Amino acid sequence: MHGVRLRTRVCVALLLARKGRHMSGNDDIAHIEEELPLQDLPLDAWHRVRGARMVGFAGYHMPIQYEGIMAEHAWTREHAGLFDVSHMGQLTFSGDGVDEALEHLLPSDIKGLKPFRQRYSMLLDEEGGILDDLMVSRLGGGAFDGADIYMVVNGATKYDDIGWMIEHLPDEVVMNHMDEQALLALQGPEAGEALASLIPETADLIFMQSGPFVWRGVPLWISRSGYTGEDGFEISVPAGDVTLLADALCDLPQVKPIGLGARDSLRLEAGLPLYGHDLTPAVSTIGADLGFAIQKRRREEGGFIGHARVMKELADGPGSRRVGLKIEGRLPAREGAAIYAGDVLVGEVTSGGFAPTVGAPIAMGWVSLPHAGLGEALEIEVRGKRIAATVAPMPFVPHRYRRKA
Amino acid sequence: MSRYFTDEHEWIDVAGEIATVGITDYAQEQLGDIVFVELPAEGTSFEKGDDAAVVESVKAASDVYAPISGEVVETNSALEDEPALVNSDAEEDGWFFKLRIADASELEGLMNEAAYKKFVASL
Repeated sequence: MHGVRLRTRVCVALLLARKGRHMSGNDDIAHIEEELPLQDLPLDAWHRVRGARMVGFAGYHMPIQYEGIMAEHAWTREHAGLFDVSHMGQLTFSGDGVDEALEHLLPSDIKGLKPFRQRYSMLLDEEGGILDDLMVSRLGGGAFDGADIYMVVNGATKYDDIGWMIEHLPDEVVMNHMDEQALLALQGPEAGEALASLIPETADLIFMQSGPFVWRGVPLWISRSGYTGEDGFEISVPAGDVTLLADALCDLPQVKPIGLGARDSLRLEAGLPLYGHDLTPAVSTIGADLGFAIQKRRREEGGFIGHARVMKELADGPGSRRVGLKIEGRLPAREGAAIYAGDVLVGEVTSGGFAPTVGAPIAMGWVSLPHAGLGEALEIEVRGKRIAATVAPMPFVPHRYRRKA
Repeated sequence: MSRYFTDEHEWIDVAGEIATVGITDYAQEQLGDIVFVELPAEGTSFEKGDDAAVVESVKAASDVYAPISGEVVETNSALEDEPALVNSDAEEDGWFFKLRIADASELEGLMNEAAYKKFVASL
């Protein structure tokens, strides 16, 4: 929970100047400070009026909770929750050779990505370490000034991602950081009917499909995806219109605003990794069990940064793996807790907490390969005590994506 | 019986040589949904300020300090099955543990209810 370091922004600004590339938004770097002060997102006042407790996250004031994490978690699993994720980085890419350029940066199949389709992918460094995980989609219908590709990256890493990509993209490819766009996520089993009551055409979207829509004259880019394991949408909306849209959504009987706290417990139950915790530059795609993001052609042909590590780990296996952990008893094991097999230290918890839908503590962690098999009995040290844990399949709560129309 | 408060948001009910300790309603509100309370073993002796218990909310673990020195004579076993009692009734049924008071003079610097209310209002 720290501010974006100024160093990063200076770095981006310098790279921008050097490459002569356009980046929209306010890049005022006149104030030399160790840390940038927390910034306000477009819905800041809206959250406060609705009773949110605000915390610093990814450089912004963000709502951690409204009525309480347990109630918000349960509401999202049963109805529909509205999350403000405007801290995330929304980028577009266009220009000649954009697919080839992005296939150099991303291990996923971009050339085969059809208009209005979305894929989960990641940025890898030269050693195959994960710099960020992200969603990438092919635009269509003239959205975002006719750009080709739309990408959503994590808020805490967006300036580093931009710097990395500027460094590795050819001059012909134009990247635009749309920091004038807000992003909302509407998640839960009633999200579909709720959104369709405002925008009937969204009923036709299926999981990982996206498209341009218009609501009261406001252009929206909506994808059917999310970070809770539930059916739902992510809605990119101009910052100036987001308050109106958030009000319209929360006026619906199915929808309540949900904070970051429940977002974290929902994604943990869904087995979805959190960048900066479960994924870092120290870990690899295959060990992270994210090999699905690297399609067959990309594995065979390579041609992306970090390919050598991916191929080596596909052949030899990774040194350790990201696993789910079911915990006995009620004491939660948190990030940083050591994982043991007998007396041997075999790993570390990277996310953990009480899982409201499961009704018990669960965790995600990295465990050395020989001890990472399903059903493996391990122990986690919490405040000097050992608690029993078992390597468990993820998700902990079944996904309920809408895969068919 | 008199009730004292600390600036660590604990309350202490004193009856004779026994002090009952819990966290305040303000503290439970700040912590959010409580899912586990780790209580000390009976017979443990604490110096004032020692880590005495841990409250786990959905998001985080928080330490509860011994507000005064003493020996644990009883813990609230109801919290094992229902940690949410701390949310629903922090200042009565959600008590944590009882101490046999080692040094009654340590109570002198603590706040009364009016002073604690004023303290919370200033936060």
